[in-house]
Amino acid sequence: MAIEFKPSPSLPPPSDSVGPVAWIRNNFFSSPLNVVLTLLSLYIIYLIVPPVIQWGLLNATWEGNNKDACTAGGACWAFINARFDQFMYGLYPPEEYWRINIAAIILVLMVGMYAIKVVNKLYLSIAIIFVYPVIAYFLFSGGVFGLSIVETPLWGGLFLTMLLGIIGIVASFPLGVVLALGRRSDMPIVKSVCVVFIETIRAVPLITILFMASVMIPLFLPEGMNFNKLLRVLIGITLFSAAYTAEVIRGGLQAIPKGQYEAADAMGLTYWQSMCLIILPQALKLVIPGIVNNFISLFKDTTLVYIVGMIDLLGMIQLAKQDPNWLGTALEGYAFAGFIYWIICFGMSRYSMALERKLDTGHKRN
Amino acid sequence: MSEKANSNSSFLNDAGNRALIFQAVLLVLVVLAGYYLFSNLQANLDTRGISTGFKFLNEPAGFPILMHLIEYTEANTYGRAFLVALINTFVISILGIILATIIGIVMGLARLSNNWLVARLATVYIETLRNLPLLLQMFFWYFAVLAAMPHPRNSIIFGDFFLNNRGIYSPSPNFQEGMGFVVAAFFISILASFFIIRWAKQRQQKTGEWFPAYWASLATIVGVTLIAFVLSGFPVEFELPNKSRFNVTGGMVLIPEFVAVLIALSTYTGAFIAENVRAGILSVNWGQTEASRSLGLSDTLTQRLIVLPQALRVIIPPLTNQYLNLAKNSSLGGAVAYPELVLVVMGTTLNQTGQAIETIGLCMLVYGSLSLSISLFMNWYNKRMALVER
Repeated sequence: MAIEFKPSPSLPPPSDSVGPVAWIRNNFFSSPLNVVLTLLSLYIIYLIVPPVIQWGLLNATWEGNNKDACTAGGACWAFINARFDQFMYGLYPPEEYWRINIAAIILVLMVGMYAIKVVNKLYLSIAIIFVYPVIAYFLFSGGVFGLSIVETPLWGGLFLTMLLGIIGIVASFPLGVVLALGRRSDMPIVKSVCVVFIETIRAVPLITILFMASVMIPLFLPEGMNFNKLLRVLIGITLFSAAYTAEVIRGGLQAIPKGQYEAADAMGLTYWQSMCLIILPQALKLVIPGIVNNFISLFKDTTLVYIVGMIDLLGMIQLAKQDPNWLGTALEGYAFAGFIYWIICFGMSRYSMALERKLDTGHKRN
Repeated sequence: MSEKANSNSSFLNDAGNRALIFQAVLLVLVVLAGYYLFSNLQANLDTRGISTGFKFLNEPAGFPILMHLIEYTEANTYGRAFLVALINTFVISILGIILATIIGIVMGLARLSNNWLVARLATVYIETLRNLPLLLQMFFWYFAVLAAMPHPRNSIIFGDFFLNNRGIYSPSPNFQEGMGFVVAAFFISILASFFIIRWAKQRQQKTGEWFPAYWASLATIVGVTLIAFVLSGFPVEFELPNKSRFNVTGGMVLIPEFVAVLIALSTYTGAFIAENVRAGILSVNWGQTEASRSLGLSDTLTQRLIVLPQALRVIIPPLTNQYLNLAKNSSLGGAVAYPELVLVVMGTTLNQTGQAIETIGLCMLVYGSLSLSISLFMNWYNKRMALVER
């Protein structure tokens, strides 16, 4: 005669705790402080958003040959329109723009090939890291296959920014791995060389490194042997970024349990085998967000080359706004450059956060 | 480890020996590279006729500096110019650190607010500023905002404050006799408040009675200072800025270069600190908050006694990094003509004297010791706050 247990159906939540009205009340008006904050926020939005839309869209001028065309009182996007090519390619001769475009298309295609299953990713990576730069170098600077020579001081705009960013990122990563391994090495001399290098670079601002690259490196080289300023700056940026990457990777190496090292030793793997097959893959996976953050700051820091006299995207805007035809268009230039930098950096940070979420095993709030 | 190496394994197969050889090779390479670079340097300096040494620091500099907090004229020496620049760098770094911390805490808490609108606004602020190059932001404030301010004769006026394209003009305080008394009273009351807090803590541990020590010490500091101020007969006079037909004279001026660098540095770093604060608070297990609420602690006390002390442990190390970054990033100020170390020493002085090694070395030394002292201080603080495990 067992009594069957029948749970009574759950009651719906009280009507005042669900639905849009409750949501608004909970989010905006739950306490007097909250009401004040809501009103304050609305006021801030009112102060910023309508004027910006008015300035940037409604009253903006899109076409024109000089500042006089911009009479609507809003943004003068005609400035960006007129100078767009220079912002993208710097002082590169316009009839040679196709060379940069081709190199960019090749790079996009090669990176896109990662998505195809057929291609061997190892070979593809080798091609991107070792073969592609050679092709790109000859495309950009010319001198072979009848391509005219374009000197590096003419390289500029977003092209130079991307060049500095990509080369800095690609070259600093392996160096950072080596430095991190060196810092955790048992060999005292290797360790101290790495520690001194990393700590010296991290203690000084990037500008001093760039000044060193542009002013001091020539002093340290034998008479007559002097190489390109772009290359010197690239070396400076790479060393700088490598020191920071090394510290991030060191964090990852420290997080790997000792058992993993011991297991690798027990298998009879050599140092490099155990590092490349066991330790580094795990450590790097752990610190992907940190590495991406480093890449983002490196990309933003490429703007500093302007201070040692190279004209990247920001430098090009500084140059263009001094044109007598376009005086007083600084704001438009910065807005445009900001838009480009923001898209790239925000994209990278979103990518890193997606990875972080994918790897996250912690407890969620609430 | 080489003890059990058997006789037929070669010398090179022993890990210890290989490590020794590898290190010896590295050492030789480093020394050789150093020697090579140094000898090149000597040869180069000889052929270019650049003398080494710091003698140039005693020669007259001959260039003006836009902002100097100690006496400085063109007739002063390079050494004096270096000092002026050093002070400028310190001033912008310290003010920047204070402002960035405030902005960071406010924005970090705002992003966690349960007010949807506030959280979104904070997110937009953080994500915008974090993803734009600092140099771009400095240029924006300097060339697009402050340079677009009206001419002095059309200054924007808030009471005794004037805002125009030459800077922000504010009343400057002139301290009279008796100010020393007020300052002394201020420091004594700060000292007293330490004792109040200690006494309150001891009493609470003994008797469990609660005493609002922080409010009490705040009241002490403000009260005692105010009383001293009144007793010594208001020993401050303000020199008001004066707006004449074409210019604003008198008062205290914050030059646009300074304002632009300060705004850019503090809002940029503030966005990063906000993320550190948020990460720190989120790192405290939600169960801690729930447990504290179930004990009946108020929201304020939960934050102050349970969440914040635990969050600070997570916040402080990255906060140190942000402070270091801010101090190092102040070197960008030179790009908008704020006369900090890099602009004055590695820019003007280097150009005029050609003493590349000395000037760059001097700058690296300053930033190196600045970085070191900030991290030493923060490590000390970190150790104080760290989890004490038994």
